[in-house]
Amino acid sequence: MTNTLHRLQRPGDPKDDYVVFTLASKGINDVDYLQKTRAFLETALKYNPVNVAGPTKYGPMYRPEKKLNPFTLYVRGRHEAVTPAELLEEVKYPGQALVVFDSKDKLEGFLKEIKALDMGLSVNVSSLVDDVREMAPRTGVKPHSINYALGFRGDLYQLPDRQVLGLTTMCGHGLISSNFAKKMVDAVKEKRITPEKAAGYLAKFCVCGAFNTTRAIRILKGDTNLPATVKNGKEKSNATP
Amino acid sequence: MHIDKKKCIGCANCVPVCPMGAIYIAQDRLAEVNSEVCVECQACYRGMSVENLPQQPTRFLRGLLAFFKLRFQPDPDICPTGAITRDELVWPRTLRRTFSDPLVPHESTGIGGRGTMEVKTNDVTERIKEGEAGFTVEFGRPGIGAYFRDVDRVCRALAATAAVFEPENPVTVLMTDAKTGKIREDVLNEKVLSCILEFKVKITEMPEMLKIVEREVNHLDTVVALGIAIRCDAEGNDTVRKQIEALGFDAWRGKLNMGLGRRTNPQPVPEVKS
Repeated sequence: MTNTLHRLQRPGDPKDDYVVFTLASKGINDVDYLQKTRAFLETALKYNPVNVAGPTKYGPMYRPEKKLNPFTLYVRGRHEAVTPAELLEEVKYPGQALVVFDSKDKLEGFLKEIKALDMGLSVNVSSLVDDVREMAPRTGVKPHSINYALGFRGDLYQLPDRQVLGLTTMCGHGLISSNFAKKMVDAVKEKRITPEKAAGYLAKFCVCGAFNTTRAIRILKGDTNLPATVKNGKEKSNATP
Repeated sequence: MHIDKKKCIGCANCVPVCPMGAIYIAQDRLAEVNSEVCVECQACYRGMSVENLPQQPTRFLRGLLAFFKLRFQPDPDICPTGAITRDELVWPRTLRRTFSDPLVPHESTGIGGRGTMEVKTNDVTERIKEGEAGFTVEFGRPGIGAYFRDVDRVCRALAATAAVFEPENPVTVLMTDAKTGKIREDVLNEKVLSCILEFKVKITEMPEMLKIVEREVNHLDTVVALGIAIRCDAEGNDTVRKQIEALGFDAWRGKLNMGLGRRTNPQPVPEVKS
């Protein structure tokens, strides 16, 4: 699955979107997988990730509340996300772990530590390729393989506008609806909700935890700097992530 | 998916959250799901918070407020009465959920999501070798959805080329014959949020293959997200990016396998025959 690959992004964007995930292959490096997953997440916590997902029963940091009632809603207040530390406590069985950072420095520090841990798990970074290549000599890691995103093709007239697409492509599984993203964009514009609140609502629909709330807040505030979506064949260089 | 009319109050909060736009407010002012458009992704059922309010008093309150030109407006991610329910699915509709709900694993791969591990574990599996290009063509992404009849068209065109379909990929599993690329008849009218076709070619064949893919997808009533996976050299460099960019594609974003994976499990001891 290429769920973190096709985010609408270009080199001039603010450096605030780096997804890192780790996984094992059965029969090759899955001995002590649970401990390794926990070590990966514990290391990530030092760098304040904006979203975290791991093999838990209840999903990533941002999760819907299924047992709301008037008391919890209007008196206690909503509990819309757990902290990364709380999520780590819920990791009881082995599986893929994913963290999202909103700065290049955090990614660099994290990669250095992960390299030093030498767990033997496969570690992937999804971001602008040049960003990772630039920091690779300092972290001591070299890319082994790369999956390049070549952008979108086909009937591009069906796609929503760039602000909405910038938000929805952060959930590669497509579970964040463009209509809902548009509703949040409009609500923020009309000052009916804050960008932080809107980003939280959107993040809950992303079950793999790859949604970057920092980037979402920036986009919701109107700072998009994203490529335009155009019909293919005319401005191809603008029709890609 | 299904909206329980005994619970729904018609607040319409669920209407925009459907990635396919399958939920609408019907004549009776309650929400309904267009089952032809719904891909069973569970975004509405799983993603919305639930307040568990009783229907009748809530509807009465809503009507009363409307009378005074006021509005009963729950938070946009809340279904006030928990009216969204799941249907029992039967084949071939089960396919919609298998491909659209990332938490449901495919029988063919045993993993959730819509494809395989592609280069995520390439440092230990060496699935994509130097000199090879692994294509990922994701139909319906971002957020448009795709019918298998559209996927079938592209698969058939690619089968006539040097493309080698990934045998464990869920789309390949749906082909009646990987040599022809034909998808089985009974699933052609099924719609999914997206599905990924994976195949490999030699690097030298990559430019021609990109042209074929682009030509075919331009005939579709949907969009595709294109990706190319390659193996870097010993220094972590690759020359493919320049080739891709020379062909008019941008390749500034990617997923990089950082090469930290290695065998840590003990080597299996071969059985000694007595």
